[in-house]
Amino acid sequence: MEVYLDNSATTRCYDEVGELVHRVMCQDYGNPSSMHRKGVEAEHYIKSSKESLAKILKVNAKEIVFTSGGTESDNLALIGAARANRRRGKHLITTAIEHPAVLNTMQYLEEEGFQVTYLPVDSDGRVKLDALRAALCPETILVSIMYVNNEVGSVQPIQKAVEIVKNYNRNIIFHSDAVQGFGKYYIYPKRMGIDLLTFSGHKIHGPKGIGALYIWERVKIRPILFGGEQQKNIRSGTENVPGIAGLGLASEMIYRDLDIKVAHMRELKAYFVEGISELENCKVHGLTGEDSAPHIISVGIAGVRSEVLLHALEEQGIYVSSGSACSSNHPAVSSVLKGIGASREYLNATLRFSMSEFTTKEEIDYTLEALYHVVPMLRHYRRH
Amino acid sequence: MKFHSFLIKYGEIGIKGKNRYLFEDALVRQIRFALENVEGTFEVYKTRGRVYVDCVGDYDFEETTESLQRVFGIVGICPVVRLEDHGFEQLAKDVVAYVDEMYPNKNQTFKVEARRSRKNYPMNSMEINSELGGAILDAFPQIRVDVHHPDIMLHVEIREDIYLYSQIIPGPGGMPVGTNGKAMLLLSGGIDSPVAGYMIAKRGVGLEATYFHAPPYTSERAKEKVVDLARLVSRYSGPIKLHIVNFTDIQLYIYDQCPHEELTIIMRRYMMKIAEYFAEKDQCLGLITGESIGQVASQTMQSLAVTNAVCTLPVYRPLIGFDKRDIVKLSEEIETYETSIQPYEDCCTIFVAKHPVTKPDLERIQKSEEKLKEKIDELFEEAIATVETIIVK
Repeated sequence: MEVYLDNSATTRCYDEVGELVHRVMCQDYGNPSSMHRKGVEAEHYIKSSKESLAKILKVNAKEIVFTSGGTESDNLALIGAARANRRRGKHLITTAIEHPAVLNTMQYLEEEGFQVTYLPVDSDGRVKLDALRAALCPETILVSIMYVNNEVGSVQPIQKAVEIVKNYNRNIIFHSDAVQGFGKYYIYPKRMGIDLLTFSGHKIHGPKGIGALYIWERVKIRPILFGGEQQKNIRSGTENVPGIAGLGLASEMIYRDLDIKVAHMRELKAYFVEGISELENCKVHGLTGEDSAPHIISVGIAGVRSEVLLHALEEQGIYVSSGSACSSNHPAVSSVLKGIGASREYLNATLRFSMSEFTTKEEIDYTLEALYHVVPMLRHYRRH
Repeated sequence: MKFHSFLIKYGEIGIKGKNRYLFEDALVRQIRFALENVEGTFEVYKTRGRVYVDCVGDYDFEETTESLQRVFGIVGICPVVRLEDHGFEQLAKDVVAYVDEMYPNKNQTFKVEARRSRKNYPMNSMEINSELGGAILDAFPQIRVDVHHPDIMLHVEIREDIYLYSQIIPGPGGMPVGTNGKAMLLLSGGIDSPVAGYMIAKRGVGLEATYFHAPPYTSERAKEKVVDLARLVSRYSGPIKLHIVNFTDIQLYIYDQCPHEELTIIMRRYMMKIAEYFAEKDQCLGLITGESIGQVASQTMQSLAVTNAVCTLPVYRPLIGFDKRDIVKLSEEIETYETSIQPYEDCCTIFVAKHPVTKPDLERIQKSEEKLKEKIDELFEEAIATVETIIVK
């Protein structure tokens, strides 16, 4: 049996999306900037994708900019907004548990002369709002807080954070990386007061290499890529039309019957968490109820190195992540787990299980059985 | 300058007496293998105690010389300009043009060294030397002749065509792989073992390799890394037959039965046994390891002796007297270093004890191994039966 529980790393593409992408690549392959019919045809795909996204987010189609993915959207949002607004101030705020696409971009901006405050989180992995209040100052121009944390699945109190920020100074730009939240929650940035919103294709059963940034029309940002002035010169480069079409369709599809899908995942999550509780010396990090992401379960399993357990599960056909998928390139201790104050025994011993709408109860049962079998065995053989 | 051929100079194999043709044939074979993936068409052949690579049509010069520089047995690679014979006057013109293009700085000394293998050529070697020398002196007033230590040694070989060369690109030396049998390399993912394989291959020995992986303790990527390392070494050694042995069960059994501080040394002994099994099966004449004295607990003189004691084949340890930094330097030179340092755990370190024995005693270790009696043969058989074998090149 193959059980894919690494949907926060990436997801399987919807079949329909795959077919559409193929068609746009091989048949309707025109360059949207071309003046002839093939170009117009390609432009239609972009327009229709934008409209789908605009409808889902309840924003204007012209406020959507396509990028190469979550990382580029974050870079464009942060660097673009910081540079465009540097005369108003040089202070930026983010959290300690952001994705590296935000954290490393912030570090880069520090080199450019900006000051950055990294807000701490509580033991459930939610940003401390008091700390946000305290950090705001007249110099602050940008706040970036993720929607759902990718490692432990904590949902951030975005609405409250936006209110705090905008009450302090409504000119401060609010960005949210919603890569893990989009397709799981109804997100209406304009209504919530979010000025910039990042999301990505391959986390919602769409293609890799495509993402988008919602930019509120009144927010000024400067481009970070220069070239043919496509997308109103905010993001130069021939549009990735197959990816854009795929992102549009995947978004439509994932939001179809979203409530039912989310309820399904929540049910499985509760079931899995209960099953985990039968294992000794295990801890589910963060919250597990309605106030947590429906698809992410981060489990500390004391006495087993996560890498070994991951490979042991792999032998049973079960695919998961250790800590966070992106960190397999740097096998260091997760800063998110440190940030939520996870105890030492779990720092090297945490797995992330992440589900999708396709996950079944049977697969969860199979996974739990594998854990019951493998964990005691691995605990027996430890390094002295 | 467009070169049409390469003259391959070889060293030690020139002195191998009656077996010389075997060595030359091996060299030709290895050169052909090395050029297989190079852009261009090449004819490799030996004639009158020389090996030539003729390039047919266009080819990539850099790629070609880089590939030839990895063929053991070659001490020098001379890029040759091949001229059709249109009489001596034309030859003198061409030689002058060659010197002009190759050596912009004319403030040097030179000597012409002609060799006439086509004996019906109207001039003899001495005449060619002096006539061409004169033409060059006439053309370039700054240039001087030095017959003892010239800066430029200009070789002119009269064959069907005329071969002109003066440059020697150094080769790696050593002996052509395949002239000294085959040996089994114990290949880990580390820095040392690929270098050890390289050094033995340099003496003309073909390689096979055994890698021990221990899922789930070692990952698929660790295995990929070892395949990559084997591929890098195969650029020098030719194709490597790689045996990938699943070692987990043996390792866990030793863990269960034996004193923990002896785990590594006992494990090493079983690795040697398994590697030797495959070595003998494929007619390898020895084992190769990357060990160097005192580098880690399992490489003290005592540990090496205890590990050695399980083998009947000779164990070659070409790095035995090397410091780590010397090994690192070599691994950088043969371009295995970058791959070796990728951070994937190998099976030797998974259960390593805090204080492993550093002065193991053979009798005591053998006594500990008695505790494995019940299941070890069965596990050994299983490890051999489930081996995955791939040819890496």
